[in-house]
Amino acid sequence: MSLSVDISHPFGAFNLRVAFEAPGGITALFGRSGTGKTTVVNAVAGLLQPKAGRIVLSGEVLFDADAGIRVAMHKRRLGYVFQDGRLFPHLSVHQNLTYGLRFAPSGATGPQQDEVYELLGVAALLNRRPGALSGGEKQRVAIGRALLSRPRMLLMDEPLAALDAARKEEILPYLERLRDHTDIPVLYVSHSVAEVARLATSVVVLEDGHVARAGPAEQVLSDPDMVRQLGVREAGAVLPATITRHHADGLTELAVSGGQLFLPRMDKAEGQVTRVRVLAHDVIVARGAPPVGLSALNILPAEIIALRGGTGPGVIVQMQCGSDRLLARVTRRSADALALTPGDAVHAVIKSVSIARTDIGAG
Amino acid sequence: MTGWLGPQEWQAVVLSLQVSFWATLLSLPPGILTAYALARGQFRGKQLLNGLVHLPLILPPVVTGYLLLLTFGRRGLIGGWLEETFGLVLAFRWTGAVLAAAIMAFPLMVRAIRLAIEAVDPKLEEAAATLGAARLWVFVTITLPLILPGLITGAVLAFAKAMGEFGATITFVSNIPGQTQTLPSAIYTFLQIPGGEASALRLVAVSVGVAMTALLASELLARRAARRVAGG
Repeated sequence: MSLSVDISHPFGAFNLRVAFEAPGGITALFGRSGTGKTTVVNAVAGLLQPKAGRIVLSGEVLFDADAGIRVAMHKRRLGYVFQDGRLFPHLSVHQNLTYGLRFAPSGATGPQQDEVYELLGVAALLNRRPGALSGGEKQRVAIGRALLSRPRMLLMDEPLAALDAARKEEILPYLERLRDHTDIPVLYVSHSVAEVARLATSVVVLEDGHVARAGPAEQVLSDPDMVRQLGVREAGAVLPATITRHHADGLTELAVSGGQLFLPRMDKAEGQVTRVRVLAHDVIVARGAPPVGLSALNILPAEIIALRGGTGPGVIVQMQCGSDRLLARVTRRSADALALTPGDAVHAVIKSVSIARTDIGAG
Repeated sequence: MTGWLGPQEWQAVVLSLQVSFWATLLSLPPGILTAYALARGQFRGKQLLNGLVHLPLILPPVVTGYLLLLTFGRRGLIGGWLEETFGLVLAFRWTGAVLAAAIMAFPLMVRAIRLAIEAVDPKLEEAAATLGAARLWVFVTITLPLILPGLITGAVLAFAKAMGEFGATITFVSNIPGQTQTLPSAIYTFLQIPGGEASALRLVAVSVGVAMTALLASELLARRAARRVAGG
């Protein structure tokens, strides 16, 4: 199941010209506001007809401007989760959830009602009306409603943007379970790097109406050329990690490809695989032998791949660490003083607090 | 009640209720369709349609009645065809009173329903479509329930207007007791004959009673429907 998009459409001051492939898993469509993310999702859903191009879902042409193919939106079978939920106010939660079920073709498969209720924790809400739900509950119902319409793909347009931090934390685990326990691909629009780092398996970065970069999440997020799009404060790498041991002093040991990391106690069983996010401004680069006399616990050997300087005083250092990549943000003065050059063997010192942030990946 | 009202008065009340009921019921489907077209449609001649719908509101009722007589009379273009094809005669029959009342009440009904449709968030209809609902299904399962309060208001307005319709009715179907003499026509007739004031006053009382009851009932129903729609 994969989605292939290649469209162009007039968009504000510029022309939207976007081409990308979304394989299975969660594909994040990332970019600042006003870069055309919603326009792309609406074109996929059929809410908008692009001026030109093609949209193909697993071999079925949904839209082809040249061939004049425009599959009506109710026939596309894409579950759309809107930013504002859009629950039907005159129907109960149960009626909302099952609304799409009667339109699904009889042969369509997908998660059963019970599974979806369980997955999203909505079983207790069934008899309520949307007006009596909290923002987080509404969004969970909206996700369930889209899931139960037996979609071939889910489209999510900033489903968490309207929620406060606490409500976001409430929904994110459900989205992770959705990613890990169903095989429905998701196109996920977001402008939050933290969300993308936690959820996405692939990332498509949009900038001014075109694709600036696309690829697996680990690669795109650790690309020093993407720092500008992601924002300097948010830039950082995502590493897959396996939980190896919970220590008695409250630390959890994780194995990454380049060594091991210690984090404050994580709520996961030993042997489980997770993702950790290491922000560039939390990484210090040290030359020579492994540095001693530091309070930092997490020191990984690495090799410099590239240095990227901008107009400011900072330089982004990309390093190979095992089979993963790390980013560090250092000052230009330090980079010059240490004479950092690609190919150099260094050590990456990671301030352990940085990895223990609540928005780091899990799943 | 028959004891309190004279036979001719009673006849007029029953006829008016009957005419208004059918006029309201029959104009609901075209009313909804027209309101939907005006609220959501984008087509050439939309302003023309809007003007046509509102015409009976602006024209003197006598003119509307006369136009009805010209087109729906037995020798009229549509009237002749109706009689030939279906054996349906409108002129000087109670059925004609229904048509006159429906035409006169139509703008009020369309206006109320149109406002209700315009208040429905098209995003909800889009959401229904992405869930697999074809356009007609979206209308039946989303739009229609959401405009129910407006529908009730429109229907009651139309009913009240039909109850009070006088000019177009008397011009088109005349004032035949038991046939086309509706409540307003009867009041008018009683005022023309000496000693008829008592009858006229009784009918006025009935008129006020019916109007008030309809208004209260619609208020109650619309409020209940609105509560349901708001989803508390």
